[in-house]
Amino acid sequence: MKQFRKKPIFRRKLLDMSVRVFSLLTLCFALFCMGWILWATFSHGIKSINWDFLINPSKPWGLPRNGIANAILGSLLVTAGAAAISVPPAILGGIYLAEFGRNTRLGNYLRFGANIMMGIPSIITGLFIYAILVVPTGNFSGFAGSVALAVIMFPIILRTTEDILLMIPDSLRESSLALGMSRARATLKIICRAGRTGLVTGILLAVARAAGETAPLLFTAMWSDAWPTHYFTQPTANLPVLINEYATNSPYEGVHSMGWGAALLVTFAILGMNIFCRLIFKDPKHD
Amino acid sequence: MPVIRKHLIRPETIDRIFKVLTLAGVLPAMLLILGFFAQLGWNALPAFREFGVGFIFSTDWDPVMNSYGALPAIVGTLVTTFTALLIAVPLSFVTALFLVETRGWLGQVLSYGVDLLAAIPSIIYGLWGLFFLVPFMQLHVQPYLTWIPFFGKNYNGFGFATAGFILAVMILPFICAIMRDVFKMTPAILKEAAYGCGTTRWETTIDVTMRYGARGLLGGIFLGLGRAAGETMAVLFVIGNSPGIPKALFDSGTTISATLASNFAEADGMFRHVLFALGLILLLLSLGIQVLAQWWLNYSTRKVQGSK
Repeated sequence: MKQFRKKPIFRRKLLDMSVRVFSLLTLCFALFCMGWILWATFSHGIKSINWDFLINPSKPWGLPRNGIANAILGSLLVTAGAAAISVPPAILGGIYLAEFGRNTRLGNYLRFGANIMMGIPSIITGLFIYAILVVPTGNFSGFAGSVALAVIMFPIILRTTEDILLMIPDSLRESSLALGMSRARATLKIICRAGRTGLVTGILLAVARAAGETAPLLFTAMWSDAWPTHYFTQPTANLPVLINEYATNSPYEGVHSMGWGAALLVTFAILGMNIFCRLIFKDPKHD
Repeated sequence: MPVIRKHLIRPETIDRIFKVLTLAGVLPAMLLILGFFAQLGWNALPAFREFGVGFIFSTDWDPVMNSYGALPAIVGTLVTTFTALLIAVPLSFVTALFLVETRGWLGQVLSYGVDLLAAIPSIIYGLWGLFFLVPFMQLHVQPYLTWIPFFGKNYNGFGFATAGFILAVMILPFICAIMRDVFKMTPAILKEAAYGCGTTRWETTIDVTMRYGARGLLGGIFLGLGRAAGETMAVLFVIGNSPGIPKALFDSGTTISATLASNFAEADGMFRHVLFALGLILLLLSLGIQVLAQWWLNYSTRKVQGSK
Protein backbone atom coordinates (compact mmCIF):
# COMPACT_ATOMS: atom_id res chain seq x y z
CA MET A 1 0.00 0.00 0.00
CA LYS A 2 1.72 3.12 -1.18
CA GLN A 3 -0.64 5.69 0.19
CA PHE A 4 -0.26 6.42 3.90
CA ARG A 5 -3.28 8.16 5.29
CA LYS A 6 -2.29 11.42 6.93
CA LYS A 7 -5.47 11.82 8.92
CA PRO A 8 -4.96 9.27 11.71
CA ILE A 9 -1.59 10.66 12.74
CA PHE A 10 -2.96 14.14 12.71
CA ARG A 11 -5.87 13.07 14.86
CA ARG A 12 -3.62 11.25 17.28
CA LYS A 13 -1.35 14.23 17.64
CA LEU A 14 -4.33 16.49 18.07
CA LEU A 15 -5.66 14.27 20.84
CA ASP A 16 -2.30 14.21 22.54
CA MET A 17 -1.95 17.98 22.32
CA SER A 18 -5.47 18.61 23.60
CA VAL A 19 -4.90 16.31 26.55
CA ARG A 20 -1.74 18.20 27.36
CA VAL A 21 -3.49 21.52 27.18
CA PHE A 22 -6.32 20.12 29.29
CA SER A 23 -3.85 18.92 31.94
CA LEU A 24 -2.21 22.30 32.09
CA LEU A 25 -5.58 23.99 32.42
CA THR A 26 -6.63 21.57 35.14
CA LEU A 27 -3.45 22.16 37.09
CA CYS A 28 -3.93 25.91 36.80
CA PHE A 29 -7.51 25.44 37.89
CA ALA A 30 -6.50 23.48 41.01
CA LEU A 31 -3.87 26.05 41.91
CA PHE A 32 -6.34 28.83 41.19
CA CYS A 33 -8.84 27.29 43.61
CA MET A 34 -6.21 27.10 46.29
CA GLY A 35 -5.18 30.66 45.63
CA TRP A 36 -8.81 31.76 45.80
CA ILE A 37 -9.34 30.03 49.13
CA LEU A 38 -6.17 31.44 50.62
CA TRP A 39 -6.85 34.91 49.29
CA ALA A 40 -10.44 34.81 50.56
CA THR A 41 -9.31 33.72 54.01
CA PHE A 42 -6.60 36.34 54.08
CA SER A 43 -8.64 39.25 52.84
CA HIS A 44 -11.57 38.59 55.13
CA GLY A 45 -9.57 37.62 58.14
CA ILE A 46 -6.86 40.23 58.15
CA LYS A 47 -9.33 42.92 59.15
CA SER A 48 -9.91 41.25 62.47
CA ILE A 49 -6.40 40.42 63.45
CA ASN A 50 -5.04 42.87 65.94
CA TRP A 51 -3.52 42.68 69.38
CA ASP A 52 -6.88 42.92 71.14
CA PHE A 53 -8.18 40.07 69.07
CA LEU A 54 -5.43 37.77 70.14
CA ILE A 55 -5.37 38.62 73.81
CA ASN A 56 -8.96 38.88 74.89
CA PRO A 57 -11.36 36.04 75.46
CA SER A 58 -14.56 35.81 73.47
CA LYS A 59 -17.65 37.54 74.71
CA PRO A 60 -21.19 37.95 73.45
CA TRP A 61 -21.36 40.36 70.58
CA GLY A 62 -21.49 43.98 71.48
CA LEU A 63 -19.17 43.93 74.44
CA PRO A 64 -15.88 45.71 73.88
CA ARG A 65 -12.53 44.03 73.61
CA ASN A 66 -13.76 40.89 71.99
CA GLY A 67 -11.19 38.35 71.03
CA ILE A 68 -10.45 34.69 70.55
CA ALA A 69 -7.70 34.16 73.08
CA ASN A 70 -9.56 31.50 75.01
CA ALA A 71 -10.15 29.57 71.82
CA ILE A 72 -6.48 29.77 70.89
CA LEU A 73 -5.47 28.51 74.31
CA GLY A 74 -8.16 25.86 74.25
CA SER A 75 -7.08 24.63 70.86
CA LEU A 76 -3.49 24.41 72.02
CA LEU A 77 -4.55 22.46 75.12
CA VAL A 78 -6.80 20.08 73.24
CA THR A 79 -4.24 19.42 70.52
CA ALA A 80 -1.41 19.00 73.01
CA GLY A 81 -3.55 16.60 74.99
CA ALA A 82 -4.32 14.65 71.86
CA ALA A 83 -0.63 14.43 71.02
CA ALA A 84 0.20 13.30 74.54
CA ILE A 85 -2.38 10.54 74.31
CA SER A 86 -1.67 9.33 70.80
CA VAL A 87 2.06 9.78 70.22
CA PRO A 88 3.58 7.26 72.65
CA PRO A 89 1.39 4.28 71.64
CA ALA A 90 1.68 5.18 67.98
CA ILE A 91 5.48 5.40 68.05
CA LEU A 92 5.71 2.14 69.96
CA GLY A 93 3.34 0.51 67.50
CA GLY A 94 5.31 1.84 64.56
CA ILE A 95 8.46 0.39 66.08
CA TYR A 96 6.72 -2.94 66.47
CA LEU A 97 5.54 -2.98 62.88
CA ALA A 98 8.92 -1.99 61.48
CA GLU A 99 11.12 -4.15 63.68
CA PHE A 100 9.16 -7.21 64.67
CA GLY A 101 6.16 -7.33 62.43
CA ARG A 102 7.51 -6.99 58.93
CA ASN A 103 5.96 -10.03 57.39
CA THR A 104 4.10 -11.62 60.21
CA ARG A 105 0.40 -12.23 60.12
CA LEU A 106 -0.18 -10.13 63.21
CA GLY A 107 1.76 -7.30 61.63
CA ASN A 108 -0.36 -7.47 58.52
CA TYR A 109 -3.54 -7.46 60.55
CA LEU A 110 -2.31 -4.42 62.43
CA ARG A 111 -1.49 -2.60 59.23
CA PHE A 112 -4.87 -3.44 57.83
CA GLY A 113 -6.49 -2.17 61.01
CA ALA A 114 -4.50 1.07 60.84
CA ASN A 115 -5.59 1.66 57.26
CA ILE A 116 -9.19 1.06 58.26
CA MET A 117 -8.83 3.47 61.13
CA MET A 118 -7.51 6.13 58.81
CA GLY A 119 -10.64 5.86 56.74
CA ILE A 120 -13.18 6.36 59.51
CA PRO A 121 -15.00 9.68 59.05
CA SER A 122 -14.02 12.14 61.73
CA ILE A 123 -17.59 12.80 62.74
CA ILE A 124 -18.08 9.12 63.56
CA THR A 125 -15.06 9.34 65.82
CA GLY A 126 -16.67 12.28 67.55
CA LEU A 127 -19.88 10.31 67.95
CA PHE A 128 -18.05 7.35 69.40
CA ILE A 129 -16.09 9.40 71.93
CA TYR A 130 -19.33 11.13 72.84
CA ALA A 131 -20.87 7.76 73.57
CA ILE A 132 -18.05 6.49 75.73
CA LEU A 133 -16.79 9.63 77.44
CA VAL A 134 -19.43 12.32 77.48
CA VAL A 135 -22.49 10.25 78.26
CA PRO A 136 -21.08 8.33 81.24
CA THR A 137 -19.46 11.35 82.84
CA GLY A 138 -22.38 13.60 82.01
CA ASN A 139 -20.40 16.56 80.75
CA PHE A 140 -18.59 17.71 77.67
CA SER A 141 -14.91 18.26 78.18
CA GLY A 142 -11.75 19.28 76.48
CA PHE A 143 -10.36 15.91 77.46
CA ALA A 144 -13.00 14.12 75.41
CA GLY A 145 -12.07 16.34 72.49
CA SER A 146 -8.43 15.39 72.97
CA VAL A 147 -9.27 11.70 72.96
CA ALA A 148 -11.28 12.11 69.75
CA LEU A 149 -8.38 13.90 68.07
CA ALA A 150 -5.99 11.27 69.42
CA VAL A 151 -8.01 8.55 67.70
CA ILE A 152 -7.63 10.45 64.45
CA MET A 153 -3.91 11.08 64.94
CA PHE A 154 -2.97 7.58 66.05
CA PRO A 155 -3.08 5.71 62.72
CA ILE A 156 -1.34 8.55 60.90
CA ILE A 157 1.62 8.59 63.29
CA LEU A 158 1.68 4.79 63.31
CA ARG A 159 1.96 4.59 59.55
CA THR A 160 4.52 7.37 59.19
CA THR A 161 6.68 5.93 61.99
CA GLU A 162 6.66 2.55 60.32
CA ASP A 163 7.49 4.07 56.94
CA ILE A 164 10.37 6.10 58.33
CA LEU A 165 11.84 3.19 60.27
CA LEU A 166 11.56 0.92 57.25
CA MET A 167 13.55 3.38 55.20
CA ILE A 168 16.55 3.04 57.50
CA PRO A 169 18.86 0.42 56.01
CA ASP A 170 19.11 -2.90 57.74
CA SER A 171 22.89 -2.68 57.80
CA LEU A 172 22.56 -0.19 60.64
CA ARG A 173 20.54 -2.68 62.63
CA GLU A 174 22.91 -5.50 61.86
CA SER A 175 25.98 -3.55 62.84
CA SER A 176 24.53 -2.46 66.16
CA LEU A 177 23.48 -6.03 66.95
CA ALA A 178 26.97 -7.17 65.99
CA LEU A 179 28.31 -4.87 68.66
CA GLY A 180 26.35 -6.83 71.23
CA MET A 181 23.49 -4.47 71.89
CA SER A 182 20.09 -5.75 72.76
CA ARG A 183 17.42 -5.21 70.14
CA ALA A 184 15.71 -2.70 72.38
CA ARG A 185 18.80 -0.61 72.78
CA ALA A 186 19.67 -0.78 69.12
CA THR A 187 16.19 0.32 68.11
CA LEU A 188 15.84 3.14 70.58
CA LYS A 189 19.33 4.54 70.58
CA ILE A 190 20.46 3.97 67.04
CA ILE A 191 17.55 3.46 64.68
CA CYS A 192 15.15 5.96 66.17
CA ARG A 193 17.90 8.48 66.48
CA ALA A 194 18.76 7.99 62.83
CA GLY A 195 15.18 8.59 61.83
CA ARG A 196 14.33 11.27 64.34
CA THR A 197 13.73 13.98 61.74
CA GLY A 198 11.23 11.83 59.93
CA LEU A 199 9.52 10.79 63.14
CA VAL A 200 9.16 14.38 64.29
CA THR A 201 7.85 15.35 60.87
CA GLY A 202 5.26 12.60 61.04
CA ILE A 203 4.08 13.78 64.43
CA LEU A 204 3.94 17.42 63.34
CA LEU A 205 1.96 16.56 60.24
CA ALA A 206 -0.52 14.55 62.28
CA VAL A 207 -0.83 17.43 64.74
CA ALA A 208 -1.42 19.82 61.87
CA ARG A 209 -4.15 17.58 60.56
CA ALA A 210 -5.83 17.24 63.94
CA ALA A 211 -5.63 20.94 64.70
CA GLY A 212 -7.93 21.70 61.79
CA GLU A 213 -10.55 19.07 62.52
CA THR A 214 -13.93 20.42 63.51
CA ALA A 215 -16.39 17.54 63.43
CA PRO A 216 -14.90 15.48 66.27
CA LEU A 217 -14.90 18.48 68.55
CA LEU A 218 -18.52 19.39 67.89
CA PHE A 219 -19.91 16.90 70.35
CA THR A 220 -17.01 16.44 72.69
CA ALA A 221 -15.27 19.68 73.58
CA MET A 222 -18.01 21.86 72.15
CA TRP A 223 -17.61 25.51 72.79
CA SER A 224 -17.55 28.02 75.59
CA ASP A 225 -16.88 31.67 76.28
CA ALA A 226 -14.68 30.99 79.24
CA TRP A 227 -10.99 30.43 79.61
CA PRO A 228 -10.17 26.72 79.40
CA THR A 229 -9.59 26.14 83.08
CA HIS A 230 -11.66 23.02 83.56
CA TYR A 231 -10.15 20.83 80.93
CA PHE A 232 -11.56 17.59 82.23
CA THR A 233 -15.04 18.65 83.21
CA GLN A 234 -16.18 21.59 81.14
CA PRO A 235 -16.58 22.36 77.46
CA THR A 236 -13.40 23.87 76.15
CA ALA A 237 -13.25 26.70 73.68
CA ASN A 238 -11.41 25.86 70.50
CA LEU A 239 -10.76 27.51 67.18
CA PRO A 240 -12.49 25.19 64.69
CA VAL A 241 -15.81 25.14 66.54
CA LEU A 242 -15.51 28.88 67.07
CA ILE A 243 -15.19 29.37 63.35
CA ASN A 244 -18.21 27.20 62.84
CA GLU A 245 -20.27 29.09 65.41
CA TYR A 246 -19.27 32.57 64.40
CA ALA A 247 -19.59 32.07 60.69
CA THR A 248 -22.89 30.26 60.56
CA ASN A 249 -24.77 30.80 63.79
CA SER A 250 -24.68 34.54 64.10
CA PRO A 251 -26.41 37.32 62.18
CA TYR A 252 -23.83 39.99 62.96
CA GLU A 253 -21.31 40.95 60.31
CA GLY A 254 -18.72 41.67 62.96
CA VAL A 255 -19.00 38.18 64.33
CA HIS A 256 -18.50 36.78 60.85
CA SER A 257 -15.38 38.88 60.63
CA MET A 258 -14.05 37.39 63.81
CA GLY A 259 -14.75 33.95 62.45
CA TRP A 260 -12.69 34.76 59.38
CA GLY A 261 -9.90 36.08 61.57
CA ALA A 262 -9.82 32.82 63.47
CA ALA A 263 -9.92 30.93 60.17
CA LEU A 264 -6.94 32.93 58.94
CA LEU A 265 -5.01 32.05 62.09
CA VAL A 266 -5.77 28.36 61.83
CA THR A 267 -5.11 28.10 58.10
CA PHE A 268 -1.77 29.79 58.14
CA ALA A 269 -0.63 27.96 61.25
CA ILE A 270 -1.43 24.62 59.65
CA LEU A 271 0.02 25.53 56.27
CA GLY A 272 3.09 26.88 58.00
CA MET A 273 3.57 23.60 59.85
CA ASN A 274 3.18 21.65 56.63
CA ILE A 275 5.68 23.75 54.73
CA PHE A 276 8.10 23.64 57.66
CA CYS A 277 7.88 19.86 57.78
CA ARG A 278 8.45 19.58 54.06
CA LEU A 279 11.46 21.86 54.23
CA ILE A 280 13.21 20.01 57.04
CA PHE A 281 12.47 16.57 55.76
CA LYS A 282 12.75 15.76 52.10
CA ASP A 283 10.72 12.66 51.51
CA PRO A 284 12.72 10.64 48.99
CA LYS A 285 9.57 8.99 47.70
CA HIS A 286 8.21 12.27 46.49
CA ASP A 287 11.29 13.74 44.90
CA MET B 1 42.81 -10.37 81.83
CA PRO B 2 39.80 -8.54 80.38
CA VAL B 3 36.88 -7.99 82.74
CA ILE B 4 33.66 -9.45 81.48
CA ARG B 5 30.67 -7.43 82.61
CA LYS B 6 27.69 -9.37 83.82
CA HIS B 7 24.36 -7.95 82.75
CA LEU B 8 21.82 -7.25 85.45
CA ILE B 9 19.03 -8.25 83.13
CA ARG B 10 19.86 -10.44 80.18
CA PRO B 11 19.55 -8.73 76.81
CA GLU B 12 17.14 -11.40 75.66
CA THR B 13 14.77 -10.52 78.46
CA ILE B 14 15.02 -6.84 77.68
CA ASP B 15 14.19 -7.60 74.10
CA ARG B 16 11.22 -9.68 75.03
CA ILE B 17 9.90 -6.93 77.29
CA PHE B 18 10.49 -4.41 74.53
CA LYS B 19 8.61 -6.47 72.02
CA VAL B 20 5.66 -6.88 74.38
CA LEU B 21 5.75 -3.20 75.22
CA THR B 22 5.57 -2.09 71.61
CA LEU B 23 2.81 -4.54 70.92
CA ALA B 24 0.94 -3.31 73.95
CA GLY B 25 1.19 0.17 72.51
CA VAL B 26 -0.64 -0.68 69.37
CA LEU B 27 -2.99 -3.52 70.15
CA PRO B 28 -5.49 -1.73 72.40
CA ALA B 29 -5.88 1.03 69.87
CA MET B 30 -6.73 -1.50 67.20
CA LEU B 31 -9.33 -3.10 69.39
CA LEU B 32 -10.85 0.35 69.44
CA ILE B 33 -12.23 -0.25 65.98
CA LEU B 34 -14.34 -3.08 67.29
CA GLY B 35 -15.41 -0.77 70.05
CA PHE B 36 -16.65 1.68 67.44
CA PHE B 37 -19.08 -0.81 66.04
CA ALA B 38 -20.14 -2.02 69.44
CA GLN B 39 -20.85 1.42 70.83
CA LEU B 40 -22.57 2.80 67.77
CA GLY B 41 -24.56 -0.38 67.34
CA TRP B 42 -25.63 -0.31 70.96
CA ASN B 43 -26.80 3.25 70.74
CA ALA B 44 -28.46 2.75 67.42
CA LEU B 45 -30.39 -0.33 68.44
CA PRO B 46 -33.48 1.47 69.80
CA ALA B 47 -33.91 3.21 66.46
CA PHE B 48 -33.87 -0.03 64.54
CA ARG B 49 -36.16 -1.63 67.04
CA GLU B 50 -38.61 1.22 66.62
CA PHE B 51 -38.56 1.60 62.86
CA GLY B 52 -37.28 -1.74 61.72
CA VAL B 53 -34.97 -2.34 58.81
CA GLY B 54 -37.30 -0.28 56.65
CA PHE B 55 -35.69 2.71 58.36
CA ILE B 56 -32.98 2.56 55.75
CA PHE B 57 -35.44 2.97 52.92
CA SER B 58 -37.93 5.34 54.43
CA THR B 59 -38.17 8.97 53.42
CA ASP B 60 -40.07 10.30 56.44
CA TRP B 61 -38.44 13.08 58.33
CA ASP B 62 -40.63 14.54 60.99
CA PRO B 63 -38.91 15.28 64.29
CA VAL B 64 -42.14 16.54 65.77
CA MET B 65 -43.99 13.31 65.11
CA ASN B 66 -40.86 11.28 65.84
CA SER B 67 -40.88 9.62 62.49
CA TYR B 68 -37.58 9.27 60.68
CA GLY B 69 -36.12 7.68 57.64
CA ALA B 70 -32.57 7.35 56.50
CA LEU B 71 -33.01 7.28 52.75
CA PRO B 72 -32.63 11.02 51.97
CA ALA B 73 -29.40 11.21 53.93
CA ILE B 74 -28.03 8.03 52.37
CA VAL B 75 -28.99 9.14 48.87
CA GLY B 76 -27.46 12.53 49.58
CA THR B 77 -24.18 10.98 50.66
CA LEU B 78 -24.10 8.77 47.58
CA VAL B 79 -24.94 11.62 45.21
CA THR B 80 -22.34 14.03 46.59
CA THR B 81 -19.68 11.33 46.65
CA PHE B 82 -20.47 10.21 43.14
CA THR B 83 -20.51 13.77 41.80
CA ALA B 84 -17.24 14.55 43.53
CA LEU B 85 -15.59 11.45 42.07
CA LEU B 86 -16.97 12.19 38.62
CA ILE B 87 -15.29 15.58 38.68
CA ALA B 88 -12.16 14.71 40.63
CA VAL B 89 -10.98 11.49 39.00
CA PRO B 90 -10.44 12.74 35.44
CA LEU B 91 -9.04 16.02 36.72
CA SER B 92 -6.56 14.36 39.05
CA PHE B 93 -5.60 11.87 36.34
CA VAL B 94 -4.53 14.55 33.91
CA THR B 95 -2.98 16.66 36.67
CA ALA B 96 -0.91 13.71 37.85
CA LEU B 97 0.13 13.12 34.26
CA PHE B 98 1.27 16.68 33.85
CA LEU B 99 3.11 16.75 37.17
CA VAL B 100 4.99 13.55 36.43
CA GLU B 101 6.11 14.85 33.05
CA THR B 102 7.32 18.18 34.40
CA ARG B 103 10.92 17.94 35.42
CA GLY B 104 13.08 19.73 37.91
CA TRP B 105 12.17 22.27 40.51
CA LEU B 106 9.04 23.43 38.70
CA GLY B 107 7.54 19.97 38.93
CA GLN B 108 8.38 19.78 42.61
CA VAL B 109 6.93 23.17 43.42
CA LEU B 110 3.74 22.48 41.48
CA SER B 111 3.38 19.07 43.11
CA TYR B 112 3.78 20.59 46.48
CA GLY B 113 1.25 23.27 45.63
CA VAL B 114 -1.32 20.63 44.80
CA ASP B 115 -0.44 18.73 47.98
CA LEU B 116 -1.04 21.86 50.01
CA LEU B 117 -4.65 21.71 48.91
CA ALA B 118 -4.94 18.66 51.12
CA ALA B 119 -3.57 20.50 54.12
CA ILE B 120 -6.29 23.15 54.19
CA PRO B 121 -8.74 22.30 57.00
CA SER B 122 -12.16 21.25 55.82
CA ILE B 123 -13.93 24.01 57.67
CA ILE B 124 -12.02 26.56 55.60
CA TYR B 125 -13.38 24.85 52.52
CA GLY B 126 -16.80 25.16 54.08
CA LEU B 127 -16.36 28.87 54.75
CA TRP B 128 -15.05 29.51 51.26
CA GLY B 129 -17.90 27.50 49.82
CA LEU B 130 -20.56 29.30 51.82
CA PHE B 131 -19.33 32.84 51.34
CA PHE B 132 -17.74 32.66 47.91
CA LEU B 133 -18.69 29.64 45.89
CA VAL B 134 -22.41 29.69 46.61
CA PRO B 135 -22.98 33.26 45.39
CA PHE B 136 -20.67 32.60 42.46
CA MET B 137 -22.62 29.51 41.45
CA GLN B 138 -25.91 31.26 41.95
CA LEU B 139 -25.05 34.30 39.89
CA HIS B 140 -22.58 33.16 37.28
CA VAL B 141 -22.77 29.44 36.76
CA GLN B 142 -26.14 27.93 37.47
CA PRO B 143 -28.30 30.30 35.41
CA TYR B 144 -26.52 29.08 32.29
CA LEU B 145 -26.67 25.39 33.02
CA THR B 146 -30.34 24.75 33.70
CA TRP B 147 -30.86 23.34 30.23
CA ILE B 148 -28.82 20.24 31.00
CA PRO B 149 -31.06 17.34 32.01
CA PHE B 150 -30.90 16.38 35.70
CA PHE B 151 -29.49 19.76 36.58
CA GLY B 152 -32.79 21.26 37.56
CA LYS B 153 -34.61 24.51 36.93
CA ASN B 154 -34.64 25.86 40.47
CA TYR B 155 -31.38 26.83 42.00
CA ASN B 156 -30.05 28.99 44.76
CA GLY B 157 -26.37 28.26 44.82
CA PHE B 158 -26.65 25.63 47.52
CA GLY B 159 -27.13 22.03 46.69
CA PHE B 160 -25.45 18.97 45.34
CA ALA B 161 -23.66 20.63 42.47
CA THR B 162 -21.80 23.00 44.76
CA ALA B 163 -21.17 20.36 47.40
CA GLY B 164 -19.93 17.91 44.79
CA PHE B 165 -17.63 20.55 43.39
CA ILE B 166 -16.11 21.41 46.76
CA LEU B 167 -15.66 17.75 47.61
CA ALA B 168 -13.95 17.26 44.26
CA VAL B 169 -11.46 20.02 45.04
CA MET B 170 -10.87 18.46 48.46
CA ILE B 171 -10.17 14.93 47.27
CA LEU B 172 -8.23 15.95 44.16
CA PRO B 173 -4.86 16.20 45.95
CA PHE B 174 -5.23 12.75 47.52
CA ILE B 175 -6.11 10.97 44.32
CA CYS B 176 -3.50 13.01 42.43
CA ALA B 177 -0.73 12.06 44.87
CA ILE B 178 -1.49 8.36 44.56
CA MET B 179 -1.75 8.55 40.79
CA ARG B 180 1.60 10.34 40.64
CA ASP B 181 3.20 7.53 42.61
CA VAL B 182 1.61 4.97 40.31
CA PHE B 183 2.82 6.76 37.19
CA LYS B 184 6.32 6.98 38.57
CA MET B 185 6.34 3.28 39.35
CA THR B 186 5.76 2.28 35.76
CA PRO B 187 9.04 0.89 34.46
CA ALA B 188 10.64 3.26 32.02
CA ILE B 189 11.42 0.42 29.68
CA LEU B 190 7.75 -0.25 29.04
CA LYS B 191 7.10 3.36 28.19
CA GLU B 192 10.19 3.57 26.03
CA ALA B 193 9.14 0.49 24.14
CA ALA B 194 5.81 2.14 23.45
CA TYR B 195 7.46 5.36 22.29
CA GLY B 196 9.70 3.26 20.12
CA CYS B 197 6.60 1.97 18.36
CA GLY B 198 5.56 5.52 17.61
CA THR B 199 2.81 6.16 20.12
CA THR B 200 2.01 9.58 21.40
CA ARG B 201 2.30 10.41 25.08
CA TRP B 202 -1.42 10.10 25.67
CA GLU B 203 -1.58 6.73 23.95
CA THR B 204 1.27 5.45 26.07
CA THR B 205 -0.57 6.56 29.16
CA ILE B 206 -3.80 4.89 28.18
CA ASP B 207 -2.36 1.65 26.87
CA VAL B 208 0.72 1.12 28.98
CA THR B 209 0.79 3.13 32.19
CA MET B 210 -2.86 2.79 33.02
CA ARG B 211 -2.90 -0.94 32.40
CA TYR B 212 0.23 -1.45 34.46
CA GLY B 213 -0.92 0.63 37.38
CA ALA B 214 -4.65 -0.04 37.18
CA ARG B 215 -4.87 -1.48 40.67
CA GLY B 216 -2.95 1.42 42.19
CA LEU B 217 -5.14 3.90 40.38
CA LEU B 218 -8.22 2.14 41.61
CA GLY B 219 -6.84 2.16 45.13
CA GLY B 220 -6.42 5.91 44.88
CA ILE B 221 -9.98 6.30 43.67
CA PHE B 222 -11.24 4.23 46.59
CA LEU B 223 -9.29 6.43 48.96
CA GLY B 224 -10.90 9.52 47.50
CA LEU B 225 -14.29 7.81 47.70
CA GLY B 226 -13.84 7.10 51.40
CA ARG B 227 -12.79 10.63 52.15
CA ALA B 228 -15.62 12.17 50.19
CA ALA B 229 -18.23 10.00 51.86
CA GLY B 230 -17.11 10.97 55.35
CA GLU B 231 -16.53 14.66 54.80
CA THR B 232 -18.67 16.74 57.10
CA MET B 233 -17.90 20.42 57.50
CA ALA B 234 -17.44 21.45 53.91
CA VAL B 235 -20.62 19.70 52.83
CA LEU B 236 -22.60 20.94 55.82
CA PHE B 237 -22.21 24.56 54.83
CA VAL B 238 -23.30 24.28 51.23
CA ILE B 239 -25.70 21.37 50.95
CA GLY B 240 -28.76 23.36 51.89
CA ASN B 241 -29.98 21.03 54.64
CA SER B 242 -33.31 20.02 53.24
CA PRO B 243 -34.56 16.57 54.23
CA GLY B 244 -35.75 15.38 50.87
CA ILE B 245 -34.51 13.13 48.13
CA PRO B 246 -32.98 15.22 45.37
CA LYS B 247 -34.44 15.09 41.92
CA ALA B 248 -31.88 17.37 40.28
CA LEU B 249 -28.30 18.36 40.81
CA PHE B 250 -29.13 21.92 41.81
CA ASP B 251 -31.53 20.79 44.53
CA SER B 252 -30.69 21.14 48.16
CA GLY B 253 -30.52 18.08 50.28
CA THR B 254 -28.55 16.53 53.05
CA THR B 255 -25.94 13.89 53.68
CA ILE B 256 -25.51 11.58 56.62
CA SER B 257 -22.63 13.54 58.08
CA ALA B 258 -24.36 16.89 57.55
CA THR B 259 -27.50 15.61 59.26
CA LEU B 260 -25.43 14.37 62.17
CA ALA B 261 -23.48 17.57 62.55
CA SER B 262 -26.43 19.91 62.44
CA ASN B 263 -28.85 17.95 64.59
CA PHE B 264 -26.86 16.08 67.16
CA ALA B 265 -26.29 18.85 69.67
CA GLU B 266 -29.98 19.47 70.34
CA ALA B 267 -31.30 15.99 69.72
CA ASP B 268 -32.73 13.88 72.47
CA GLY B 269 -34.60 10.67 72.97
CA MET B 270 -35.46 8.71 69.89
CA PHE B 271 -33.95 11.36 67.63
CA ARG B 272 -30.60 10.75 69.21
CA HIS B 273 -30.86 7.02 68.64
CA VAL B 274 -31.84 7.71 65.05
CA LEU B 275 -28.72 9.82 64.60
CA PHE B 276 -26.60 7.05 66.03
CA ALA B 277 -28.23 4.70 63.56
CA LEU B 278 -27.30 7.07 60.74
CA GLY B 279 -23.75 7.15 62.09
CA LEU B 280 -23.64 3.38 62.08
CA ILE B 281 -24.81 3.31 58.46
CA LEU B 282 -22.10 5.81 57.48
CA LEU B 283 -19.48 3.81 59.36
CA LEU B 284 -20.51 0.60 57.60
CA LEU B 285 -20.50 2.41 54.26
CA SER B 286 -17.03 3.90 54.59
CA LEU B 287 -15.62 0.80 56.24
CA GLY B 288 -17.05 -1.30 53.48
CA ILE B 289 -15.28 0.88 50.94
CA GLN B 290 -12.03 0.69 52.90
CA VAL B 291 -12.14 -3.07 53.31
CA LEU B 292 -12.99 -3.50 49.66
CA ALA B 293 -10.09 -1.28 48.63
CA GLN B 294 -7.62 -2.99 50.97
CA TRP B 295 -8.68 -6.43 49.89
CA TRP B 296 -8.55 -5.43 46.23
CA LEU B 297 -5.03 -4.02 46.61
CA ASN B 298 -3.80 -7.05 48.53
CA TYR B 299 -5.45 -9.47 46.15
CA SER B 300 -4.08 -7.88 43.00
CA THR B 301 -0.65 -7.48 44.58
CA ARG B 302 -0.60 -11.17 45.33
CA LYS B 303 -1.79 -11.95 41.84
CA VAL B 304 0.98 -9.85 40.28
CA GLN B 305 3.60 -11.35 42.58
CA GLY B 306 2.29 -14.82 42.05
CA SER B 307 2.53 -14.57 38.33
CA LYS B 308 6.18 -13.53 38.38
